Amino acid sequence: MQMTGAEIFVECLKREGVEVIFGYPGGAVLPIYDAIFQQSHFKHILVRHEQAALHAANGYARVSGKCGVSLVTSGPGATNAITGLADSNADSIPNVCFTGQVPLPMIGTDAFQEADIVGITRSATKHNFLVKNVEDLALIIRQAFHIATTGRPGSVVVDIPKDLGFAKCDFVWPEEVNMRSYQPKTSGHAGQIKKAVRAMLKAKRPMLYSGGGIMNARGSAALLKTLAHQLNAPVTNTLMGLGGIPFDDKHFVGMLGMHGTYEANMAVSHCDLLVSIGARFDDRVTGRLNAFAPDAKVIHIDVDPTSISKNVDADLPIVGDVGIVLQQILDELSHQGGVPDLEALKLWWQQIDEWRAKDSLGFEQSEEGPIKPQTVIRKVHEITKGNAIVTTDVGQHQMWAAQHYGFKEPHKFLTSGGLGTMGYGLPAAVGAAMAAPNEPIVVFTGDASIQMCIQELATAYQYRQKIVVVLLNNAYMGMVRQWQEMFHESRFSHSYFDSLPDFAKLAEAYGGVGITADTLDELDKALEVAFGSQESFVFIDVAVAKEENVFPMVPAGAALNEMVLA
Amino acid sequence: MRHTITILVENEFGVLTRIAGLFSARGYNIETLNVAPTLDETVSRLTLVTHGDDKIIEQIKKQLNKLIPVIKVEDISHMVHLERGMLMLKVIDAGDLLKAAKAAGAKIIDHESGNYFIAEFTGAPEEVDAFLASVDAEYIIEASRTGPVGMRRGSKGFVV
Ligand SMILES: Cc1ncc(C[n+]2csc(CCOP(=O)(O)OP(=O)(O)O)c2C)c(N)n1
Ligand SMILES: [Mg+2]
Repeated sequence: MQMTGAEIFVECLKREGVEVIFGYPGGAVLPIYDAIFQQSHFKHILVRHEQAALHAANGYARVSGKCGVSLVTSGPGATNAITGLADSNADSIPNVCFTGQVPLPMIGTDAFQEADIVGITRSATKHNFLVKNVEDLALIIRQAFHIATTGRPGSVVVDIPKDLGFAKCDFVWPEEVNMRSYQPKTSGHAGQIKKAVRAMLKAKRPMLYSGGGIMNARGSAALLKTLAHQLNAPVTNTLMGLGGIPFDDKHFVGMLGMHGTYEANMAVSHCDLLVSIGARFDDRVTGRLNAFAPDAKVIHIDVDPTSISKNVDADLPIVGDVGIVLQQILDELSHQGGVPDLEALKLWWQQIDEWRAKDSLGFEQSEEGPIKPQTVIRKVHEITKGNAIVTTDVGQHQMWAAQHYGFKEPHKFLTSGGLGTMGYGLPAAVGAAMAAPNEPIVVFTGDASIQMCIQELATAYQYRQKIVVVLLNNAYMGMVRQWQEMFHESRFSHSYFDSLPDFAKLAEAYGGVGITADTLDELDKALEVAFGSQESFVFIDVAVAKEENVFPMVPAGAALNEMVLA
Repeated sequence: MRHTITILVENEFGVLTRIAGLFSARGYNIETLNVAPTLDETVSRLTLVTHGDDKIIEQIKKQLNKLIPVIKVEDISHMVHLERGMLMLKVIDAGDLLKAAKAAGAKIIDHESGNYFIAEFTGAPEEVDAFLASVDAEYIIEASRTGPVGMRRGSKGFVV
């Protein structure tokens, strides 16, 4: 059947099972928007800035388990999307972005709103395409989804010249995508699995370290928990991996790394076997590399071979999908029928409990205030019974959310881990709300971060999303201030705002409910309103202790066991 | 250490930029790079010469493989392999330079007596180096040199 490129676009998205896309129109994508107007297969959510379209698609992908999809126009539309592309790629989130391009004959002429998007986004994406023939469109869209969602997921750009939207050809749907040059490995090498299990049973001080890979391999969190229990091994999560094991599981020792718990970092520093599961030894996790896990044999399970032995040498690499490999390990474990070294593990847990007793996340909250940011996070946990989908921006509030919320399940904590993108939180929540409209969604944000994508309050209002924004307002770029205090002799260069808006009024202006909370009492009342039966978003501007620092902390360049407790 | 890596890629637009971009983004160096389509015109073959310790070379190979259009990567440095590069040298036709070039194994592909000649020399990189060094630099007008192409010895082929 003959179809226009724009109709093919719609038909392909329908066949890919796309239910919602996030976008912003402009000249080069008008043919596609026209086709979208005339269809009912998927919803289009109109954001207020293209960066937000990408973050929203990212949030949607993380919660739904599907591929995020966005649509933006050429030139400035596409360049606005770049932060979001880089962000999704760094965090391995499947995200396909369609960008308009000037008509084919005009490419290379410095036409109005022309930008070399394939060139600009090459290093911010897993892969990108420029469609040059309308006949290629269906196959390229199919490949784009395939590449974004398999192997180590990431962002993919499909750049579509405007004239292809009008051009016609026979529609052919490629039933299968088979790319000889792209064949990601899924199951782990059987011999390596055997060796890994033997090492796990022999270990005296084992440690499981899991990351975002557990999120991408849907269903693998249950396997991780089973493995931890069968081995009676402690588990630590990266920032991206939080919720990989329930926060109240006794095997969970907290997050590791720069703002990880004392017990997690000490356990990594003293373990004799470190099993990395879908994590990539980021510098924020390892601290000084030459002092990282010095006594450990390292097993590294990852779907991406380039992550293995990049920063930390793996003694036993296993390339494969984390979920499949964990299942292989559990099968092999029951096949070998062995038991771990119970005697040694008893001593190991005694040691860990000693480290735990330091209560490294402890803080003091006085009745009369000021409100500690940690208190706010814990109160939100209580009122949501730990069941909310939590998104964050970047800074101190992000670390406090990671440390204090306590996640019961995977896919509940949405944060920009790899790129550390301020402005991620609110649009990610907008995306999450499309995937889980009936679940409580909380954005923990900072007074600086929120202003990077605050326009998305309009999107939240337009779609009547009941997002709760909790602003931990310290009137500082807190994380910057903390580093300046600790490493630049308290010279607070440009990290203070003396011109913050009245956020509650601003929220009201956007159509939502705005509340300012200066005392613990006001905070409790505000939370009750927010999680009561609201019809729109609620924005709570909480005045928190201005100069609170995030602890514990491994200063940059220090080893994990040299962490500063307070 | 010097490494010679052969790569098969989909013969599509932009592949070379992806490879060059990978090297610049990650700070790896490229000494030489040679590309041309193969007998199967959907595939191009590259020979890339780079430097690095084992860890870096390992990453380079993995990162190359991670590029979507890359089909196959092989580091042939440690195998018994052959490398050949070519040099075109434009030289002032004076004294017995032309005779010497011929004697060294170069082919004379252009010659205007008493003015200049162009010698073509093919060989292993060291041989090309040696030939180039043998010609008095004062008489060289211009030199154009390819990076080497490489192939393993033995009957096994490096194909898709
Ligand atoms: C887009 C972007 N620009 C700059 C930074 C650097 N940065 C990291 S944290 C931070 C301050 C964040 O302040 P705020 O949002 O108020 O959070 P707080 O640390 O106070 O909780 C800055 C500027 C960044 N991560 N992202
Ligand atoms: Mg702040």
